[in-house]
Amino acid sequence: MEIKKISKYEYMIEKTGKMKVPVRIFASEKLIESMKQDETFKQAKNVAELPGLIENVVLCPDAHMGYGMPIGGVAGFDLDSGVIAPGMVGFDINCGVRVLATDISKKEFMGKREKVIHDIKRTIPSGLGRGGKKYSREEIKQVLKKGAKWAVENNLGKKEDLERTEENGCIEGVKVEDVSDRAISRGLPQLGTLGAGNHFIDVLEIQEIYNKQELGLEKGNIAIMIHCGSRGLGHQIASDYLKIVEENFKGNISDKELVYAKIDSDLGKKYLSAMRAAVNFAFCNRQIIMHRIREILEKYFPGKKTKLVYDIAHNIAKIEKHLINVKKKEILVVRKGATRSFKGQPVLIPGSMSTESFVLIGKGNEKSFCSSAHGAGRAHSRSWAHKTLTKEKVKKILEKKDIVLEGGFKATIEESELSYKNVEDVIEVTEKANLSEKISKLKPLAVVIG
Amino acid sequence: MGKMKYKFLEHTADIKFQSEGKTLDKAFTNAGYALLEIITDKEKIKAIKKKKISVKGKDKEQLLLNFLEEFLFLLDSEDFVVGKIEKLKIKENELVAELIGDKASKYDFSNSVKAITYNEMRVEKKGKNFICQVVLDV
Repeated sequence: MEIKKISKYEYMIEKTGKMKVPVRIFASEKLIESMKQDETFKQAKNVAELPGLIENVVLCPDAHMGYGMPIGGVAGFDLDSGVIAPGMVGFDINCGVRVLATDISKKEFMGKREKVIHDIKRTIPSGLGRGGKKYSREEIKQVLKKGAKWAVENNLGKKEDLERTEENGCIEGVKVEDVSDRAISRGLPQLGTLGAGNHFIDVLEIQEIYNKQELGLEKGNIAIMIHCGSRGLGHQIASDYLKIVEENFKGNISDKELVYAKIDSDLGKKYLSAMRAAVNFAFCNRQIIMHRIREILEKYFPGKKTKLVYDIAHNIAKIEKHLINVKKKEILVVRKGATRSFKGQPVLIPGSMSTESFVLIGKGNEKSFCSSAHGAGRAHSRSWAHKTLTKEKVKKILEKKDIVLEGGFKATIEESELSYKNVEDVIEVTEKANLSEKISKLKPLAVVIG
Repeated sequence: MGKMKYKFLEHTADIKFQSEGKTLDKAFTNAGYALLEIITDKEKIKAIKKKKISVKGKDKEQLLLNFLEEFLFLLDSEDFVVGKIEKLKIKENELVAELIGDKASKYDFSNSVKAITYNEMRVEKKGKNFICQVVLDV
């Protein structure tokens, strides 16, 4: 496979075989080498075979192998001739990140660190029936339609939170009947829960401000980062529609995970409606978790102020207006492990458990359909972690960096920084390729995982 | 519980396993145990409650996917975790089984499995044995 170098931070896989468009890769030589280690490029080429694609399939600097579509992949589709594959958005619909800025200083926080982090761990259920509030089916249906707005209407947030959430925390075009009863049943006990795996809540110190913006971030204060998604409800919606689309699929593609329906078909519309329901559930989920954390902060640091910096999705399909051939056009943009990066919009890139996270500002680069990297990107498998690492080894790294961890044995081993790529490499390319620009660096002080 | 025959294979971002059995029923049962090992993180689950399930699929692969998905569904929606799979029988493309387990919230594990995927899924006969291969999204 030929990978053509266009510039220091941009590469291209030309159109060959069944590919309908080329693949554009934003990466350094080092990151290209790391992408070659798995099937990232092969998966991107499979995506490039789909009908109705616009311009190119994009790989962000943190791209790595997923299934169907690689993580860090972005694709744009024409609304008339294009298709939607549930496998592109994946199972964790609207998995995303939000950052809450505070005016609590690191010093104030460190005095109460253990108590606060323990309280957060206890208050925010990981989601297996432990402590989660059970909502009614009717309430969940409202959440599917209203997203984070529902939370604000029910005193679980402030109006200005919505202004600082992608899509204002609510995406239109949901028909609740497109969501199965099974999906709703899985969602009932899980609204306001974190989940396990790579989902986390971090307390971070704002270590550097590179470019002062009105985001509420002040050097030396703490911020909270929340990473989670649509939980079992979204997973079930993805599973349901993968099955239905597969049963109705008659095309010819290289990877069964990419079975698709036309965007303007009945099935395509139904999937998009159900997916949006999961998107709204996830926005509301992160809103409720943030509200609970605000309550905890108020208890330990009364009178201190908090401000939502931003909330972004990183597994989503959305109709957006983009500049295509010098004309503004509505297209369907699919981002899998990639975030929107409109001009002036905050972009959030978490590092791994014990490495720095970053807040950036979008540059609105149309070469990537205004998208940016979403994280450090996994480098090693979970089984590699269990074979190679011990809890003691991970604990030592955390101790050395003075980070407190509340989490189980499994996640501690699997999610350590040793399993991830260096986030600084990803940030460097993200900036140099003009996808987004660094605003602030945040250092983890305490971490909660499932 | 019988002999559990399954093994985990290398996969960068997710979890891949293969189960084996002299009959299709056994291979499916062992696939269930492989999934449970990941869900429960090897915690021992008490036999308190019994649930009968019946699952359909348009072919063997979908039947396996729907069977395994049932564990995630019961866990999320009914707070039920399975410890033992009994009387699993496959007839055509329909599966019945008895799942024996307990209230999940009584235990410490936190399930990291998001979904059962079609990725590299295989149900096949190899020599005398039946093999199921599954990739889990975690």
